[in-house]
Order: sequence, then structure tokens, then C-alpha cells
Amino acid sequence: MEVVQSNRKSSSSKVIVSTLPLYRSAPPLEVRLEDFELFAMDRLRVLKGISDGLGRGKKPEEMEKLIANLWKENMRHPQANEEANKDVISHFVLRLVYCRTEELRKWFLSMEITLFRYRFRLESSEAQRALMSEFKLPYKAVSNAEFECVKDKLGQVARSMGQTLAAADAIFYKVPFEEVPELVAGRRVFIHKGYAYVAMNQVVSLVVTQFRSYLSKALILTNRKWTSTVREQEMDRLTPIVEALCTSYLGPDYSQANKVGEISLKDIDQIAKISFPLCMRHLFEKVREDHHLKHGGRMQLGLFLKVVLYLHDMICLQHLVCVFECIVETRNQLMIGEEGVGLKLDDALTFWKAEFAPKVSGLLQCAREIAVAPPSELPATPAIAPNSARDGRNSARDGHNHDFNVLFLAAHAVEYWIINTKLSLLIGECREDYTPYSCQKIISSTPGVGDHHGCPYRHFSEENLRAALLRMGVSSRAVEDVMDKVRNRHYQLACTLTFEAVHGSSCDAGINHPNQYFIDSQRIVQSKVDDVNSFRIFGSTVWV
Amino acid sequence: MTREEAANGRDDMVIDGAQQANAVPDGFDSNYLRIYYGKLFPHADMFKWLSYGNDGKHPACDKSYFGRREFSFTLENDIYIRFQSFNSAIELENSIKEKCPFKIDIGPVYSVDPAKRHAYAQSRDNVFTPFERELVFDIDITDYDDVRFCCTGADVCLQCWPLMTIAIKVIDTALRDDFGFNHILWVYSGRRGVHCWVCDGKARRLTNEQRAAIADYFRVYKGNENSHRKISLPGPVLHPFLARSYTEVLKGFFEAKMLPNQSLLSSEERYEKILEMIPDASVASELRGRWQENKRASMSKDDINLVRWDQLKSVLQSGKHKTQGIRRCVEEIVFSFTYPRLDMEVSKHMNHLLKAPFCVHPKTGRVCVPIDPNNCDEFDPTTVPTLSQLLEELNREGLRQDADNEWDRTSLGESVKFFRTTFLHPLLKSCKEDIESSYNAKLQQSKNALSW
Repeated sequence: MEVVQSNRKSSSSKVIVSTLPLYRSAPPLEVRLEDFELFAMDRLRVLKGISDGLGRGKKPEEMEKLIANLWKENMRHPQANEEANKDVISHFVLRLVYCRTEELRKWFLSMEITLFRYRFRLESSEAQRALMSEFKLPYKAVSNAEFECVKDKLGQVARSMGQTLAAADAIFYKVPFEEVPELVAGRRVFIHKGYAYVAMNQVVSLVVTQFRSYLSKALILTNRKWTSTVREQEMDRLTPIVEALCTSYLGPDYSQANKVGEISLKDIDQIAKISFPLCMRHLFEKVREDHHLKHGGRMQLGLFLKVVLYLHDMICLQHLVCVFECIVETRNQLMIGEEGVGLKLDDALTFWKAEFAPKVSGLLQCAREIAVAPPSELPATPAIAPNSARDGRNSARDGHNHDFNVLFLAAHAVEYWIINTKLSLLIGECREDYTPYSCQKIISSTPGVGDHHGCPYRHFSEENLRAALLRMGVSSRAVEDVMDKVRNRHYQLACTLTFEAVHGSSCDAGINHPNQYFIDSQRIVQSKVDDVNSFRIFGSTVWV
Repeated sequence: MTREEAANGRDDMVIDGAQQANAVPDGFDSNYLRIYYGKLFPHADMFKWLSYGNDGKHPACDKSYFGRREFSFTLENDIYIRFQSFNSAIELENSIKEKCPFKIDIGPVYSVDPAKRHAYAQSRDNVFTPFERELVFDIDITDYDDVRFCCTGADVCLQCWPLMTIAIKVIDTALRDDFGFNHILWVYSGRRGVHCWVCDGKARRLTNEQRAAIADYFRVYKGNENSHRKISLPGPVLHPFLARSYTEVLKGFFEAKMLPNQSLLSSEERYEKILEMIPDASVASELRGRWQENKRASMSKDDINLVRWDQLKSVLQSGKHKTQGIRRCVEEIVFSFTYPRLDMEVSKHMNHLLKAPFCVHPKTGRVCVPIDPNNCDEFDPTTVPTLSQLLEELNREGLRQDADNEWDRTSLGESVKFFRTTFLHPLLKSCKEDIESSYNAKLQQSKNALSW
């Protein structure tokens, strides 16, 4: 049985007062504006570090070390009371930042709870008891007499977890079972007549539940106050800082989607229904339902989504290239017979580089403006060489169309540049870990309790698989073919057949990678668009 | 039926005539239901139950409580209407009699009247949320199809029904002894399973998280909802709850009843299923070898299943196997065949709708009657009264002036009486006490506040 003792206990003499704040009320301190931001950033680094650690599935011992390091690197101060102030101030600032939406609140709550839990475990047992009484937990220590009665059962519970009951002075708390759902769920406590007998080392769970409940309510109250009064009041001072803080760091994994091409999870709903392979569809449905995925699912879906979302950008870019080409055509037709200025390659490149950086809608707007504006009002950028571009693409030998070809190539070169830059930004350094999983990797994974990743063709029961395929719109006949493949363990062939059934066209190469499924699907979906001027992206029409 | 007639001492001629006149062909339709809802369904009892004492005159009663409860009706032709609510017993009764639902489901008590939920949908905070809901469990025998060989699918017989009986025993004991609940109603689902309603105030006020915790406390199957289940009993000893369930209920049932009744070890096809669960292949093949040779258990008169089970136990539990996995295997086998298989989703969410007691099952015509957990061994699903049977009984008794308590003249009487005496009355008594004491506590509080 591990009772984690604080290391500080030996160095500092008998400190019973806990250094762990409960953040009950905002401190009546004066904070300098720079500190307001700096403290918050430091704490945010800690929280972000915790988020990363959890996302990578670090074990508790590793997390303990990680959190200790993060705290040491970011939150320390030579003077003890300054350190305490920074702790409290940074927490309250981040409350302001992260109270504003449900997703932000969830993330912040989750990270603060994890932080609290690990810091609590490092406290001495006296300090822990002091904290418990601060929470006004009305739990009584079990009397000696009662302990004798239930000792056997308590021992049994401990042994069932591979532990031993501590020596005679073991302290147990008797609490209503409703207060410790985690312990009940895991059968880690003895329960009798509605009361759970909680060991001292399990007390963390008790305290964390209280902490969570309090902080969750506080965040909602903070949000109400912020939106109703404070935000306006602080327009010149705090509000810009708060709003910048939120966007300067990425919150939960999924909110990254909001950064890229401004899609939210809701937008993905549409394409998920059409173009996701079953494995990702299932994970996506689950994350929409539960707002949560375990590590395996997060990795499998997250990496897949990153490339999908990047592709959204790329498709937009392709669209823009298309649009740009349309504009060029149009301009050419308008300018036939007039003297035109030769296009400068550099100008074109500059123009595209500058405009690609911000949001897609800005680009489209720009493109529209170019199409509509009379020639004299064009910005100092693309003026098009005369002579129709109609055969320009095909006759590289023709000098007059050379510039147009160059422009065309330039657009693609820039596109290629964008692809590489953005891809590396999204996916991080070229690490094996961060490559989206191939079918082989997914098939070989082993989902356990509460997991939803892995290959459904392998891991779903026959009944569930049939139901899922029917929900995807696969005809009953095709379902039989798919099930046949599954029985023979040809999972990728099964997925290929599904693809063919859903899209009504053959897939000769076979499916090897979920992102390949997605790309092929989108290709088919978008090839059905006839009118190049009304391009459908993710189910909604752009540029009508 | 014949008992009653014999007791009345009618002569044969009249008996025949009476029988023919009263005979009601088997069936289930809205005509039958109309009579059932008109004369037999215990509307008032349902109202009293679901009011939890709030229908009285006490000043602390919440008059809006019953009106915030959601009901849903499944009408003829599978028409399904949700968010039905009623403000009084009469409203409930009239609506049921008028609509003749084929099925009635009970949902949670919401924070506001479900009929008015759209009015609250505009506000940003979600004010239309479940407020209270009984803790419920649903056990269906089709979840045991891989371990029963007498029936499949919707069929149930006296060989496999005992699986439900032991599920009731295990869960009921835990609900009372471990969780401290007292007001528990077990109901036959009408065809192939049982439902459990835990109605203590504490239970009704549980959050989804707490319900999920209780459901997980009862869970022993690993593997997720998409793949097949597997028992997982880690640890050197079992948690007291599992140990108690094993020694008091599961072991005895498995060895005395299930093994022989389902012939779990008599044929190769059957015993392979069990051998598969032994983690050590050499042990499994040792047993397999013995049993393949010994196809005709000539020597002893004892049931071959019991003999082989003893052999299996002695091999697995002999001292030479040090690894815990082997020794634990015996319990795992027993658990995997007999331990209750709950539908987790039903219990975890407050807004899950569950069929009301005393409904009639459309496919079987049987009434969803309460089951006594203390006598559940005696419950026989094949003799539960059916709709046509009840109507026949009503016919036989003829018209009476006194229209109340018609159920008392039929086989349903026993069930209604049981419902009242063992469940409803103790529950209402307890509710009244709670209302009284919380009222007094509030009074005391305000007194204290005033007199400082």
C-alpha cells in the first residue's frame, strides 16, 4: 500500500498547514497587469504539459514526475508567499480565460483536477487531513470498535487489489457511497448499508470529487459574471489579454480544428457521414456522444482528423486555384485585343503567399474582388497576358502564353509550399508517433473496456457490425459480401467493399489507410460537381 | 380455474355451459386492453407510487411532482408518443383508458412539466433536465443465449429461467446489504426478463455518474460493447461482494442445477466452451484427453456433468498449479455462466424510459407482475396470468355492482395485493416520514434564523 509522503516533510519542520490552495475565493491582492498575463502563461504551460502527458498515455508514476517538473520550472518563486500568490492569481486568471465555452471549461476543469490530484498526493498525511476538514467533508473516522467488526472485509478488499491492510492504526473513513463513485465503480472499497469504508490513501478521491464539484460550479458563475459585466468594463485592460491568452495556446485537442480553416466539429458531421471509413466514423460518433475518448481512440481519430482538416485547407486551396484560373480565363476574355502587362512571377508568388496566410474566406473574398473590379482598380498584382488561355496550358512553346503557364505553375508551387509548411505545423516534427495510423496498425491494436478504437471489421461482433454497415447505407446484399470477408479475416477487403457499396464505384487499389479512404471518397463526391463555379466543400456551397 | 368452480360446487352441465360462455380466446388487441385498463389495471396504485407521498395534504408536499413525470405510450400500429404528463390520478387514468396504449413506459421526473419543455428550450441554460428518477435495472435472458441450450431468442422455459432467479438474488442482496436501499420492486418483463425499480429517495436523486458507478460495481465482464464479453476477476482474492455472490448463490446453482440441466460437460461441443476458458493449454488438453476416452460414463450413476466438473476442479485447484490464473479459473467459469448480465445503458442514464409494471406484453399477453425477491425460486413465468385468462376470469364472475377492486376476483389480485403490502405501503410510509422530517428541519432552520 502506498502512502505517498511529502518530501518536504523531512526538510521543513512539522509543517501542518497545507501549501495547497483550494481556490475558494479570489485573493484580495493587487496584481500588476504584466504579472496578470505572465503568471497565467506560466500556469498555462503547466496545464498544457499535463494535457500532453495525458494525451500520450503516461502512467501515473510518469505523470507525477512530469507534473513535479512542470511546476518546478514554471511556478516557483524564491519567496514562499510570492509563490503562493502566483499559484492563486494564475488560477483565477485562467478561470476567466477558460470559462467562456463548455469545451474550454471541460478542458480547464480536467487539467486543474489532475494537477490538484497529484499535488495532493505529495502532501503529508496531516496536511491531507487538514485539507479534508477545509472541505468540510462530514466524514467520520471509523471507531476502533467498528473497525474490529469490519476488519476482515476491509482486508479482503485490500487483498483483492493486491495490497495489504496497513498496521493496526490504519485509519478509515466512513462516507456515503454517493461521494466516492470512482471507488465504488472499481470495487475498491467495502460498502455496507450505503456507506463506503475509504482508506486514507483513497481519500484523494474524496477530496478531488469535492474540488471538481466546486470548481465546475465556480466556472459557470465566472462565465456569467464575465459575459454580463466584467468583459465590457475591462475592454481596455483585461479583456484583450484574456482573449489573446485563449487563442495563444491550443486548448483541448479538438479545438485545434477551430484553428484550421475555421471548421468546428459540427461541420465535420457532414463529411463524416459521407467520407469517413467505419473505424473513424465510429470513433467520431463516440466522441460526439460522450465528449470523451480514451487514449487509443484519441490517437487514432486525432491523427486522422489532422490530415483531414489539413485536406480541407488543401481542397480550399485547390478550389482557389480553380477559382483563380477561372478569374484568369475571365480576365483574358475581357482583355482580348488590349495591351496587357506581362505578369511578374514574383508578384504572383508574393500575392499568393501573402493571401494564403490568413483565413480561407479572406482569400475567396479577394478572388471575388479581383473578378469584379475593373482593370484599372486592380491591386498591383496579377495583370494577365493577352491571348486566350484556352490553349495556353497545352502549348508551352508559345511565348505569349509563357507567362500564363508560369502563373499556373506558380500557383501550384505555392500550393506545394503551403502543403509542406502547414503539414509540418499540424503534424509536428517528422516523428513516427505522429503519422496517422495505417490500416495495418489499426487492425493490430487491441481495444479494451471503454475503448472504441481498432478496426471494427475485426473487433465488432457480427450483429453490431451489420447494424453499423446498414447505418452507413450499405445494402443488405453488400453487407453479406462484407461479412463474408470478415469471417475470412480479410478486414481491409471488407472495408474496400464497404467503400464500393457506399460510393457506387469500384476501388481497385484497395483500402490501406483511413486517410486514403477519405481522399478517394472526397474525390468521388466532388467529381460529381458539374458547375465549377459552385463548388461544394463539406456539404455547404461556397462561391455560388 | 377448475379449482374455483369445483369449490363453488356447480354441477357439470352448468360448468360446461359456463366455460363455453366465458371462454376468451388467446390474444392481445385493443378490445381486450380496453377492458383490462377499465377494470383491472391498478391506476390509483400507480399514481400513489409515483407521487412518493406528494399527493397528500401536508404543507410540504410538492403538488407539481407527479405532473413533472414523463410517461410515454406505444399505441396500436407502433405509434409512439413521448413526454406525456398528467397532473392527477384521474388524468392519468382517463388518458390510459382512452388511448389504450399497448405499452406504457415511465421516464424521469423532470425539472419542469414535460409538456412545457419547449417553452424552456430558448434559454441558454438547460433548465429542462431530469430531476429525479428511480434506479433501474433490466436483465434479459437473451443476453444469456451463449450459455443456455434449452431455448434461444425470445423463448424461456423452466430450465433457463432460474438464471433470472439467481440474478435477482445477487443484485437484490447487494442493493439492500451493500447500498442500503430498502424500497425495491422487481417486475417480470412479460416475456423473457426482469426489471428492477429502486425507489428510495436516495436512489431517485442519484446522478448519472453515481448510477454508472453502481452499474460498474456490478460489472464483471471485460471487453467493450462491440465485442464479446469475457469475465475478468483479477486480484488474489475476490471483493466481498463477489465472494458472497459466489458462495451464497452462484456456486450452488451452477453445480446443482445448471451443469446437469444444460448438460454443460456432456458433449464435446459443450465442454469445449469450458475448456476454452482455461488459460493453460496443457491442463485443458489433459482434461480433453480424459473426457474423449471416457465418452460413455459407464462406472458411476452420477450425472456425467457433475463427475467431469469434479475432475476439472481437482485438476485446477490442485497444489501443483501456482499461477493464480489457473486457480481462479473455476470461479471464472462459474461467473461466466451464471453471474447477472445487466444492460448497463438502462441503469446509467436518468432519462432512460422503462416499461411500467402491470402492463401487458403484446407478444405473450402476460402481465408484468411483481416478483417477490424472497421467494423468487417459486416464480414461474409460464403461469403468469395472461390478458385473455384474466378476462375469462372476469366473465366467469359475472357482473357485479361493486366495480372497485375487480382485480381481486382474478389471478391478478394476488399480484396487486403483493405490490401494496410489500412495496407500496412501506414506501409511502417512509416518504411521509421523509417529507415530515425535512419540513420540520426547515421550520427549525427558519426559527433559528429568526431568533438570533
